[in-house]
Amino acid sequence: MKLRQGTFSFLPDLTDAEIHTQVQYCIDNGWAVSVEYTDDPHPRNTYWEMWGHPMFDNPDAAAVVFEVNECRKQFGDYYIRVIAFDSTHGWESIKLSFIVNRPKDEPGFHVSREEVKGRSMRYSIKSYATDKPEGKRY
Amino acid sequence: MTNNNISEDKNKHLGKIDLHAELVETGVEQVLIDLDKSLIGLEPVKTRIRETAALLLVEKAREKLGLAHETPTLHMSFSGNPGTGKTTVALRMAELLHKLGYVRKGHLVTVTRDDLVGQYIGHTAPKTKEVLKKAMGGVLFIDEAYYLYRPENERDYGQEAIEILLQVMENNRDDLVVILAGYKNRMNTFFESNPGFRSRIAHHIEFPDYSTPELLDIGSSMLDQLNYYLTKSAKDAFIEYINLRKEQPHFANARSIRNALDRARLRQANRLFKENNGPVSAEILSTLEEVDIRESRVFSGGIDN
Repeated sequence: MKLRQGTFSFLPDLTDAEIHTQVQYCIDNGWAVSVEYTDDPHPRNTYWEMWGHPMFDNPDAAAVVFEVNECRKQFGDYYIRVIAFDSTHGWESIKLSFIVNRPKDEPGFHVSREEVKGRSMRYSIKSYATDKPEGKRY
Repeated sequence: MTNNNISEDKNKHLGKIDLHAELVETGVEQVLIDLDKSLIGLEPVKTRIRETAALLLVEKAREKLGLAHETPTLHMSFSGNPGTGKTTVALRMAELLHKLGYVRKGHLVTVTRDDLVGQYIGHTAPKTKEVLKKAMGGVLFIDEAYYLYRPENERDYGQEAIEILLQVMENNRDDLVVILAGYKNRMNTFFESNPGFRSRIAHHIEFPDYSTPELLDIGSSMLDQLNYYLTKSAKDAFIEYINLRKEQPHFANARSIRNALDRARLRQANRLFKENNGPVSAEILSTLEEVDIRESRVFSGGIDN
């Protein structure tokens, strides 16, 4: 099951040239772009591991594409995303986030149902991959 | 396949490209004219830059007409004595390459050894990469590049920085242009001990020293910008000064001239205070007299730094 998180996730995977164009758009808007990775793709897992520092002072997107490729070398079987943070007063949040790398095999999520109080149902989801310990999931 | 067809179609449509129109249109002409006007002397450098610009323009035209072309290697080395305009030319070069479409942003990042080489194990690689990332889309100018290589210390981290540089120079050729600069002799030794660099750098440009009349011209244009001028006798004294100063150690061409003129302005200000001839006119405030030049230590055999 292909993970659908962030912008562009219903499109085919972006090529490096497309990533470059998107990132350049972010930089031109003055957002700080950074690269993050994880092997725990639960939708509520907001904070992924940072790949280096956010890149504040690179005027060109080639630097970000370079870092994405460096990250792919080490974490080729992880989810990698690019996020752009807008520090403008009043926003101070992520403006754009998209996945740039995913594991070859994505097993998807298990929905567990729990009956509580009368006939109410409580649902939760869990990635099949997270049964294994960190670093051995994909 | 489709791409090929498109370029063939284009070929038929366009057929010809007016190189001169292209030169004007891209704004390259303007940069070259500015270069000619704002830089005094440096004829060989200007010729080389014109040649390089022509090559790059032809390369772009070939690309448009669908002829075989490959991105030329643009990494350069500037060698010459201090104060011969290497940094200034590098700035212009960045602008030129940007207008020609070979770098995307056209900014210049100036670094020395300290910005690239770390102080402990594992510090160098991230530091160098950080600088390279900053320079992507523009031009990286490494001043006194030979300091990167220190043969006397085999555990020097400079070698690590060199390896990363070479790797990025090769793999990210479309992303950044590297210009190495420094004194001629030391650059030569540097290239000899690092053959990887020599082969990756296509353009070696030498910056000659300025002649006395050129230095005088440079001085005059500096003063012009500051609304100062030299009297006739001051000019003669200044020529004499330049000739004396040239023979002394640590002569830094245009930079020495700027420093000499700064000191002359200082002396002029002092003189005006001492003379105390009542109110002064703009005329008096912008005139540098012979005494302002003659008072320099250089005339009595001393050294001005």
